[in-house]
Amino acid sequence: MIEQKTIPLDEYTRSPSYWAIVLRRFSRDKVAMFALAIIILLFLVAVFAPYIAPADPLKGSMLRRLRPIGTPGLPLGADELGRDMLSRLIYGARLSLFMGITPVAIAFVIGSSIGIAAGYLGGLFNSLTMRTNDIFYAFPSVLLAIALSGALGAGVTSGLLSLTIVFIPPIARVAESVTTQVRKLDYVEAAKASGANNFTIIRVHVLGNVLGPIFVYSTSLISVSMILAAGLSFLGLGVKPPEPEWGLMLNTLRNAIYVQPWLAALPGVMIFMTSIAFNLVSDGLRSAMDIKS
Amino acid sequence: MSEDTSTRRTHMADAPLLEVREITKFFPIKSGLFGRATNSVRAVDGISFNVLRRETLGIVGESGCGKSTTARLIVDLISPDKGDILFDARRLGTDLTLNELRRNVQMVFQDSYASLNPRLTIEDTIAFGPIIHGVPREYARRLAWELLSKVGLDPKRFAGRYPHEISGGQRQRVNIARALAVKPQIIILDESVSALDKSVEAQVLNLLLDLKKELDLTYIFISHDLNVVKFMADRVIVMYLGEIVEVGPVESIYAETAHPYSRSLLASMPSMDPDHRSEHVALAGDPPNPIIPPSGCRFHPRCPIAIPKCKTEKPLLHIQKTRGHLAACHLTAQQQETF
Repeated sequence: MIEQKTIPLDEYTRSPSYWAIVLRRFSRDKVAMFALAIIILLFLVAVFAPYIAPADPLKGSMLRRLRPIGTPGLPLGADELGRDMLSRLIYGARLSLFMGITPVAIAFVIGSSIGIAAGYLGGLFNSLTMRTNDIFYAFPSVLLAIALSGALGAGVTSGLLSLTIVFIPPIARVAESVTTQVRKLDYVEAAKASGANNFTIIRVHVLGNVLGPIFVYSTSLISVSMILAAGLSFLGLGVKPPEPEWGLMLNTLRNAIYVQPWLAALPGVMIFMTSIAFNLVSDGLRSAMDIKS
Repeated sequence: MSEDTSTRRTHMADAPLLEVREITKFFPIKSGLFGRATNSVRAVDGISFNVLRRETLGIVGESGCGKSTTARLIVDLISPDKGDILFDARRLGTDLTLNELRRNVQMVFQDSYASLNPRLTIEDTIAFGPIIHGVPREYARRLAWELLSKVGLDPKRFAGRYPHEISGGQRQRVNIARALAVKPQIIILDESVSALDKSVEAQVLNLLLDLKKELDLTYIFISHDLNVVKFMADRVIVMYLGEIVEVGPVESIYAETAHPYSRSLLASMPSMDPDHRSEHVALAGDPPNPIIPPSGCRFHPRCPIAIPKCKTEKPLLHIQKTRGHLAACHLTAQQQETF
């Protein structure tokens, strides 16, 4: 039917891909770029904490307890055990970022797989998985996180695990709904009609069109995860002392709130800044991806 | 169904290329807490027809009559409740795998945008079918370029583009190229030109005619536009509420219409000549509820010439004056004329 001829593949116009366009639009969004810069800075701080921190975050001194911000030698004061606040905030970025991102990342992988499978296959499989999902979804996320961590015991691993379980249902739900929409489109039908199997159709035609929205939704959960992790630590269910972590620091400093209110607020400021930065990046990504054809 | 005697075609193969036998699809209507099927929409109700090699078979009817469902049933995008599909005398499910059928029968959909993956370049979209059938990637890409030039698009300009960057007519050309990529024998055109501008539509129709001649294709051409069907088809099937009411060579369908429904459809067809505007009363009202189709002849509630028998007895397809022309009406053409 079609003879094999050789067409020179040079002088060929290739349009920028969707993701290249998204990246260009995102890079023009000043607010989102600023927020991204803050996040990158926080990452660098977390990674290079031992080189940046002026003091040992675990070394206390009864003489320096609750020194105010601006004390010579203690730029951000000292906490209730006389530990250098600046160093603790710097080291705290490590665990706080870890607890914010890791559960969401794991939940992204698991939740998307569940949601895409349910959305694509539909029918009974969809009903079974999504109704099971709804059982978890019915609990308020804070309550579920506390209950799970409480049952699993305190510690970073159990905190991580319970937060992951908290985030799987909402991600699966979003994944299911976008996949259900894409599955009904003619190009998926056309792919089926050309004889492709489900796995190939999902890989080539579904993933590219659903991962974007799921990813954006997941990035918006990072700030929630950070706050929940901080909450768990605050309740004594997450990170255990003397490990520096912002939520835990907020907890241990709460007794000092009448003595050194500004000092006690510092970990909260960090949590607020980081979560708002993640939210702004997520918003920027969402609007960059919203391309009207 | 007897053989076709259309004068348009010169080639005549004996065996039909595709046979649809008694195919039926009811869509259940689920209600209540547990989604029990309380009723069903009789989308396609036991229809049979043949598609001959190298012909263009037109399927016409109002929206909701089951045209598109029929198309999807043929390639098993919807699984039929009953009935058989035979391709080249091989029965789907026994002598023929679904994959073989789908390689041989491709579809072009109405919505040119929704039928292209927005994240794939045009060459990737066209190369997808060949690649999953084991064609090496680089050869599939060259094939995509070949097909692009065959459908009248310069590969150098279009291969690396995305669907949203090109016009509707160009997108439909891409969809045709994609359908051709797996070297099918039959292409189902499901309202494929209906969404295009008239001038673009004409260009795409001419492209389809050229491709048919060049590649020895067989078309199933589904449309609600009777003028286009008249231009394209060798034979026409008229569907009403999931059933075939009339089938035959295009000339006899248009000239010796044997079913009152077909006659009303033709009467509602806009004439190309303003001096010959139809005086017939066009079809009034909507088609009846397909959940509870009328008894007897399904058309009787809207039929201008219905007799009592129509309410009780279902008319079967029977032979008309011209060979290969069948209609399902109790009244003969002469009886119909006298009304």
